[in-house]
Amino acid sequence: MTALILTVLATSIPLLLAANGELIAERSGVLNLGVEGMMLMGAVAALGMVLYTGNPYTGIIAGALAGMAVSLIFAFFAVTLLTNQVATGLALTIFATGFSGLAGAPLVGKTSESLPRIIIPFLSDLPGVGEILFAQDLLFYLAFLIIAGTSWFLRKTRSGMILRAVGDNHDSAHALGYSVARVRWMAVAFGGLCAGMGGAYIPLVLTPHWSEGMTAGRGWIALALVVFASWMPSRVIIGALIFGGITIMQLAGQARGWAIPSQVLSMLPYLATIIALVLISMRGRSSYLTVPACIGKPFHPGS
Amino acid sequence: MIRLVPRTDPSPWLAVISPVAAIVATVLAGALIFGLLGYDAAESLYHFFISPLSRIDRITDLVVKACPLMIIALGLVFCYRANIWNIGAEGQYIIGALAAGWLALSFPDATSPLLLVGMMAIALLAGAAWAAIAALCKTIFNANEILVTLMLSYVAALVMDVLVRGPLRDPMAFGFPLTPMYPDAGLISRMPLPGLGYIGQLHYGVLIAFALAPLAWWLLNRTLPGFQVKVMGSSPRAGRFAGFSQARTTIAVLLLSGALAGLAGMIEVSANIGQLQPNVSFGYGFTAIIVAFLARLNPVGVIFAGLLVAMAELGGDNAQIALGIPKVVTGLFKGILLFFLLAGATLQHYRIIWQPRLQQTQPSETSS
Repeated sequence: MTALILTVLATSIPLLLAANGELIAERSGVLNLGVEGMMLMGAVAALGMVLYTGNPYTGIIAGALAGMAVSLIFAFFAVTLLTNQVATGLALTIFATGFSGLAGAPLVGKTSESLPRIIIPFLSDLPGVGEILFAQDLLFYLAFLIIAGTSWFLRKTRSGMILRAVGDNHDSAHALGYSVARVRWMAVAFGGLCAGMGGAYIPLVLTPHWSEGMTAGRGWIALALVVFASWMPSRVIIGALIFGGITIMQLAGQARGWAIPSQVLSMLPYLATIIALVLISMRGRSSYLTVPACIGKPFHPGS
Repeated sequence: MIRLVPRTDPSPWLAVISPVAAIVATVLAGALIFGLLGYDAAESLYHFFISPLSRIDRITDLVVKACPLMIIALGLVFCYRANIWNIGAEGQYIIGALAAGWLALSFPDATSPLLLVGMMAIALLAGAAWAAIAALCKTIFNANEILVTLMLSYVAALVMDVLVRGPLRDPMAFGFPLTPMYPDAGLISRMPLPGLGYIGQLHYGVLIAFALAPLAWWLLNRTLPGFQVKVMGSSPRAGRFAGFSQARTTIAVLLLSGALAGLAGMIEVSANIGQLQPNVSFGYGFTAIIVAFLARLNPVGVIFAGLLVAMAELGGDNAQIALGIPKVVTGLFKGILLFFLLAGATLQHYRIIWQPRLQQTQPSETSS
């Protein structure tokens, strides 16, 4: 049972990180559909760096920076040049899928070292939860710290309030003297950073070798998770755990030889996403209070 | 810092020149990337952009490759004009191919051309039905169509996979995941060119693609439903005052694009493959998104955009064979092209001014 919970947690970490980053971008009013691409860049950069240096921790940094680097391309087009955000995000994913495939070609067939577990003394001896929560890798702890930090930032800090203001009413925020473009650049960059780290988690912990498109739609599920979480960081955790659980259920089902074709089980995360989207929207108007009002709308001062 | 100044009269001249400029910029960016990766830039570009046009059979291959892209993109034009983001044409294509294949395999002894008609009809219906799921989720529950259509693409690929490996598999295929071949009546035959005979893989399906483009142009620009689509996309408030229904528009454009994607799937398999296999699409549904944008969401432009993108696809194959450049580079090109196209659209509506920060005198222009 503990082993099962551990795998569910590990599977949900990339979703958790990517969804958290996208949440910040969307709260600032930017819909970045490039999450899948940014995760792939993170994955390939992390793997390449670990193979080069031999130190798995460098992979976290490389992944985060690679995700952020491509997110800045998006920011330049969507925030500065005011291009259509949906199409720009798609362009980013298409571009990054190609780029990561090209950069990853020399890495095929090589296996990298995984992130070591950090066992926290005393806490990890706690019965039940100890082994699950306090004997994990660094990125695991980091993911939960980032979520907690994001939640605190949005609710308790002045900068968080400015970010929400820009996302909810960019005209008013602009009139008050805040730079809409600068806030959005930073929010997109943070989204890229988180997505890159989420992507890095895949080769660093889950499957330590490169294959083209190895994120397998996680970036898109992360986008759905943001809606599922109704733009609240704490709810991202619940959503990511549910999706992690569904993914693992599929693997467990295959291992136990359930009489269902494996493809049907593989459909579960995607079907669950659709059902989740429908259910959230069914909760009625109240769940829409947190939708950033300016999401997807380009901002041009004076127009 | 970069500042955008709105143009008072968006230049029609730029509307034509900006896609061309985007293509040129993409080629230059491509040359740069090849150079940086240590390939011979000139030779790479030759394989990507010249060699697909170098022989008559390669040109016909180009048209064949462009056929599904054009048909899918025509449907997407309506969606995107209506501000409905169907990015799951891939799934609708697969389901269309699957339904047509199921019909063809149900009548292995058919000889009547009615089979082909039936296959087209069922492919249109199946593609539309697959898109209808997203349309219903959107109109009834307000669930985001981007995510629903995309998730359904993954599901469609798995549906195809499970059926081709299971119930539809040819028992004589030595365990390969292939269905039996379609009966001859279910195949789209190759088309001879007058005076030249049969060249390459050219088939009658391409005529459908070329016929649909002007039809789509007429529907979009000369009929009331087309007008509704454009109004609901550009100013939904005005559309509602005019009594147009947002829900009906959403359903209509999604069904139309789903149907056309399904038809594309049927044509591609019947003309080029002849049986179902786990992968029948090769990403046409996603590539068609770029075709639609390159055409500036204009149905007639889709013809040229489809041919151009098909050229880059075939060029990618050529470059892989000749120089060992990984096929994924095509994706890189497509992404860059889309970026430049979008920037071109901005250029059409704004003048871009480089302005040092110091010169900002008005306090209201802090966001630059």
